[in-house]
Amino acid sequence: MTDQNIPLSNTQLPNAEALVITLAQKLEPLLQNNTALVGIHSGGVWLMQRLLVLLEKTIANYDVEHGALDVSFYRDDYAQRGLKAENRPSQIPFDVENKHIILIDDVFYTGRTARAAMNELFDYGRPASITLIALVNRGGRELPIAPQIVAADIPLEATQHLQLTQLTDGSLALELTSQNNSARPQEHE
Amino acid sequence: MNNPQLDSDGHLRHLLSIEGLPKRILNQILDTAESFVGVAEREVKKVPLLRGKTVCNLFFENSTRTRTTFEIAAKRLSADVISLNVGTSSQSKGETILDTVDNLIAMHADMFVVRHAQSGAAHLIAKHVPPHIHVINAGDGRHSHPTQGLLDVFTIRKYKPDLHNLRIAIVGDVLHSRVARSEIHALTTLGVPEVRVIAPKTLLPAQVEKLGVHVYHDINAGLKDVDVVMMLRLQNERMNGAMLPSSQEYFKTYGLTQEKLALAKPDAIVMHPGPMNRGVEIDSSVADGKQSVILPQVTYGIAIRMAVMAILAGGQVASGSAGGS
Repeated sequence: MTDQNIPLSNTQLPNAEALVITLAQKLEPLLQNNTALVGIHSGGVWLMQRLLVLLEKTIANYDVEHGALDVSFYRDDYAQRGLKAENRPSQIPFDVENKHIILIDDVFYTGRTARAAMNELFDYGRPASITLIALVNRGGRELPIAPQIVAADIPLEATQHLQLTQLTDGSLALELTSQNNSARPQEHE
Repeated sequence: MNNPQLDSDGHLRHLLSIEGLPKRILNQILDTAESFVGVAEREVKKVPLLRGKTVCNLFFENSTRTRTTFEIAAKRLSADVISLNVGTSSQSKGETILDTVDNLIAMHADMFVVRHAQSGAAHLIAKHVPPHIHVINAGDGRHSHPTQGLLDVFTIRKYKPDLHNLRIAIVGDVLHSRVARSEIHALTTLGVPEVRVIAPKTLLPAQVEKLGVHVYHDINAGLKDVDVVMMLRLQNERMNGAMLPSSQEYFKTYGLTQEKLALAKPDAIVMHPGPMNRGVEIDSSVADGKQSVILPQVTYGIAIRMAVMAILAGGQVASGSAGGS
């Protein structure tokens, strides 16, 4: 997909579950001893839960651990926006020191969430490496940070909002909304 | 009347008392504190939320635990903290409270944590400061001690998550206790169905029933089948008449011993806001016993104070994030 081909509606979006499978295939060769998965709330954690199922064997083989980050306390827009009403405890139930961390985000956009997540991770210890993976790279980067692995590049306009949602059966879906007027769509992360 | 604690959008601006705070705000503070508990277990026990902000602890009355936990909380949020023991500073030279506050604002303080022997001191300061400055009441006279009330509820929720199914007893000097008032307001607002107060008539405020509590003068009846026993300190320094025969007599009647505790549910927890008078309101074997959660209360106090400061300094609660990642 190119810049000339910006999707304007949900019907032009790829199927999220198909993307999850693509992402799992790309991720599998990276899993080794001393690797840990870390999802960023909320979408990154949902995505991680799907990857844990799809890559169950490999993960068990290499004893890959996993955790979750809520980067609310590390965001750079806290002074303007304050704390979100709902924040969840970050849970990193393993020693970060010298781990190869796979940081999982749903939709990669400005890079600010990834920066916040990396800052938070370093407060737990010094990882051996961090690899950033995302389901979708939507363009619009504001920091020199980019995911090493993505399942799809979907360039979007700044007025468009792409969000991953989790359905009741645990499967994932992508949802595209446009904000033409002042009304902001309800964003979760 | 306007609630000085909330701004026009209903966001928390100052924390002065639990009275008047909606359930939504109480839950927001408790839920946010949940996220801060884990910070203390990390290698770096700090988050950058209050970087560049200055928090002033204004303690016109002595307190070790409250001042220390506020100080640790602010430092774990990366704020710069100044603790003023005002008794030993300009106040003793005759400066008024508001002059002290104005001077600190001129030094670019962003937040005040106020403890004062006079009820309403924190309100006075909150009414006086410009909009970008936040005030937290760390105890004013007999009136209120909201962060203590919140940390008590937080502790209860940790051990007994279903607040809608609890019987809670508050035992002791309710009359002089700002902690009791804050606890009662928090517990009833959050839907605890049965809050009991157990004390002699001389240590209960008039018309205490109006706060929605059940009154007991007999501790044995009052402790029967409760899930939580919250002991209060016998406030010797606040007592200016002979309200009690003696502290030994008080211990005999209202002091919490293993025998009296056995009347509560077997898994009941015992709390105390500190400082404890061992052998006056609580027996050492209970204070140090396996049902005691007195030290966890202190630990959770830091998380609660971090949550309050983080919510206040954020100025508002965003309904969403910055728009993707």
